[in-house]
Amino acid sequence: MTRVSSQLKAASLLASACVFFFSCGHGNQSAVEPTGLQAEHLSFLWWIFLAITAAVYVVVMVILVAAFFRTQRAAAGDEADLSPDPSREKRASSVVKAAVAVTVLTMFALMLVSFRTGRALDTLSQAQTPLEIKVTGQQWWWQIEYKDPTPSNMVTTANEIHIPIGRPIKLELVSHDVIHSFWAPNFHGKKDLIPNYPTTLFFRADEPGVYWGQCAEFCGFEHAKMRFMVVAEPQEDFERWYAASQQPAPEPVTDSQKFGRDIFLKSVCTQCHTIQGTPANGRVGPNLTHVGGKPYIASGSLPNDRENLAKWITDPQAIKPGIRMPMNTYSPEELNALVDYIQSLK
Amino acid sequence: MKNTDLSKKQSNTLTEARINEELRALESTWSDKPGIIGWLSTTDHKRVGFRMVFTAFCFFTFGGILAGLMRLQLSLPGNNFLGPDMYNQIFTTHGSTMMFLFAVPVMEGMGIYFVPLMIGTRTLAFPRLNILGYYTYLFGGLLLFFGLLLNIGPDAGWFAYVPLSGPEYGIGKRVDLWSQMVSLTEISALIASTNIIVTVMKLRAPGMSLNRIPLFVWSEVITAVMVIFAMPAVMIASSLLSMDRLTNVSTHFFNQAEGGDPIMWQHLFWFFGHPEVYIIFIPATGMVSMIITTFSRRKTFGYTALVLTMVATAFIGFGVWVHHMFVTPLPQLGQSIFTASSMLIVVPNGVQIFCWLATLWLGRWNLKTPLIFILGFFGVFVMGGLTGVMLASLPLDTQLHDTYFVVAHFHYVLIGGAVFPLFGAVYYWFPKFCGRLLNEAAGIAHCILFFIGFELVFFPMHILGLIGMPRRVYTYLPETGWGDLNMLASIGAAVMVVATLIFFINAVYSWFWGKVAAANPWGADTLEWSLPSPIPQYAFQYQPVVQGRHALWEQTADSPVVTGLHINNREVVSTSIHDAVPDHRYGVQGPSIMPFVVSVITGAMFIGFMFTPWSLPLGMIALFFGFLGWFWSNSVEHRPPYAPLEDNPVYDDPADYKPVEAAV
Repeated sequence: MTRVSSQLKAASLLASACVFFFSCGHGNQSAVEPTGLQAEHLSFLWWIFLAITAAVYVVVMVILVAAFFRTQRAAAGDEADLSPDPSREKRASSVVKAAVAVTVLTMFALMLVSFRTGRALDTLSQAQTPLEIKVTGQQWWWQIEYKDPTPSNMVTTANEIHIPIGRPIKLELVSHDVIHSFWAPNFHGKKDLIPNYPTTLFFRADEPGVYWGQCAEFCGFEHAKMRFMVVAEPQEDFERWYAASQQPAPEPVTDSQKFGRDIFLKSVCTQCHTIQGTPANGRVGPNLTHVGGKPYIASGSLPNDRENLAKWITDPQAIKPGIRMPMNTYSPEELNALVDYIQSLK
Repeated sequence: MKNTDLSKKQSNTLTEARINEELRALESTWSDKPGIIGWLSTTDHKRVGFRMVFTAFCFFTFGGILAGLMRLQLSLPGNNFLGPDMYNQIFTTHGSTMMFLFAVPVMEGMGIYFVPLMIGTRTLAFPRLNILGYYTYLFGGLLLFFGLLLNIGPDAGWFAYVPLSGPEYGIGKRVDLWSQMVSLTEISALIASTNIIVTVMKLRAPGMSLNRIPLFVWSEVITAVMVIFAMPAVMIASSLLSMDRLTNVSTHFFNQAEGGDPIMWQHLFWFFGHPEVYIIFIPATGMVSMIITTFSRRKTFGYTALVLTMVATAFIGFGVWVHHMFVTPLPQLGQSIFTASSMLIVVPNGVQIFCWLATLWLGRWNLKTPLIFILGFFGVFVMGGLTGVMLASLPLDTQLHDTYFVVAHFHYVLIGGAVFPLFGAVYYWFPKFCGRLLNEAAGIAHCILFFIGFELVFFPMHILGLIGMPRRVYTYLPETGWGDLNMLASIGAAVMVVATLIFFINAVYSWFWGKVAAANPWGADTLEWSLPSPIPQYAFQYQPVVQGRHALWEQTADSPVVTGLHINNREVVSTSIHDAVPDHRYGVQGPSIMPFVVSVITGAMFIGFMFTPWSLPLGMIALFFGFLGWFWSNSVEHRPPYAPLEDNPVYDDPADYKPVEAAV
């Protein structure tokens, strides 16, 4: 958070009450704990707006409370005042006019600050060599494709975006089904993914960490479970991850893993999922080449462990009702082997 | 008429017998037909208006129950109380109910009830059309809940964005129920609006020139004009959507694969959707003005400014809709213009707030429940307005858009801006409905609990939005850390339920056993308070002549009244638009069952259109016969003017008042 915004926080009691809430450790999916250039501008703008509007609110309430205490009380039968004291009326009229003038000026000032922030947000779009990532919103997961002139260097993954810190990122946002909205509040505001309207979003991460985002436009059944993770890491860590992700899936080692692979390749899984280095090349569901190394499955809604994987494979409709993945029936041995294989896909 | 100065004065020179004879004649002329047919065919704006308000409060209750279910589901992370299917149906129905079936109709209903009384007339300009509007609204509302109860409720949100609501992703008839409900309720809104505009323009009591119209009446007229410009947009949108969805018609208005455009839906929807907010809010400002004036016992500060700001709000309200689309890929420059206009609309709203504060500051308070609700209105609405300023800022909105911050914002604006004044208005006008006052102590408890509950529910939502919680999610993970604030909000919802229950119990109790109210228990200034409570069907024995902006406060014992209207015909005086100079006698039709028949045909036609395009031509043919029957019985018998009473004492100053000629 910038120094100026800390000063503003101190300025307002309400603001500090809010800060108390915000600092309770919800930081990795928060619009007011920015970790990128744009979010920092936006957060600064937020504190300005909060300080000014809170001041206005306090003034109005003080006037109302003062009126409560200083006015006389009357009964329903008391005669109404139809020709009030003209000098009082005139004074009140001047005060109202002044208040209107202040309102107009305040709005104008807020508008200018807002436009200024809008321009500042745009600066990154001039960046020469941004890292280009194509994000496709689907019901209800995110396909992430790292663009590269050489097709074999491209990396395709799901619901997990790794980015190097300090480098401008250019997201190409696309949807082919319904409208989704990409929102990683620590980095930038949201952008809608509307079919036929491809759009871009520039941002930059300034501090390493794991951040969360999720779909912000209602997109059907599992809108709530359409989350994604943004891993911001130093350049060398990112490169290491990227190089590893370009590799095909590791060959199964144990018998159980081998058995699991055979089951995978023989069942309907392959119609939707790709595992590079195997014949499975379905494009409907997430790419599973390195799924074993991910902390979450089901678009960030289920920790990736044995038990959850087994539950997910056999009855995904119990976890995310409405998704396109069907129920699958396996014997316990088969399921065990399948989970072994999937966990080996690091 | 027992309670007016007029009748006291007249009784000096007129015989009781003559008055009683006149009243009996008026009573039988203006009464409904007996029995169930009479109930279905009534043309009494008071009955229809009350029915509309009552129905709207029923839908408010259902919508509130749905909100309670959502709060139960969200109180714990990962809760399994409602699945995504049920949750989506519930939040869609909640939003659609509150916007289409509660907020707009309840404001229309209050207008239908009180506008004619406040302008001193006996009827709306088109009384049969009025009941047609009620039935189309009722059928639309029943259609929506019919869907929810059968577990086929609409599930694409109250905004029904395509493609999610389109034929490819919106399965079954769910969204069709929504779109036909929209068409039916908007027909109702358009009917009420035309009726109110014509009534206020042509049927005001003599002397009620434009600059003397009560502020609530102004607010209803301005709202009606907004409805006429806004509602067609959503009706067109929902009709296009039905055609896109209907097999065998399958147009491609919104189908991007065939050159249609999903963003067009958003433009059409929000061109209606944002003015809709002011359609709800402006009548509420009218209520605020009435209550503040009456309960601070002085004339309204800045009457002209208040009227002009309502007009300005209505005008600018049509130029801000794109702020609902700030995160769509639209050109930056265009969006910036909408930031400017959205901030501009703060100015007229600010002027309103300042004028009300000035009225309160300069007045003497009669601190009763209606005024206490208005104080609550200030506390809540002002904050909603200020968060609205934040959302008007394009950059800031990219963070706040579609999060719980927005949920907090519009509940502050709609509950603060419309429901608080509405509750105040119900406490204020309740004696006019039934002749009894609502209980004060229960009213104060209701207000305070409702306020506390409201703040508990919605204040934490601001924070939830900032820490990343999007709207319309049926659940969230424990790791998000949103659990505590959600639990707090759910507890607040329980408090709101208790407060609302207090209100309902109070209403039922007071309806039958409450304190009997005098004609004007609050010492208010508008004409409806000159009538006995409950109000007779003919309302005014003699239509009054208005002599100032605050009609009853400026009425003198020898104020003239309108005579010459036939007591055996349903007649009212029609006056000129600007100065309300008497123009002619206007005869209106009596009750007829045909509006009900037409509304049934209309409902059947729209419901049929979910299944087959043939419902349209067939429905049109049926409607032809329906309207034929309607107009067949439409003619009003013209009679010569009713002989003015001999030595009528109210003609103290004939120069004030030009007797009405038969000019129909």
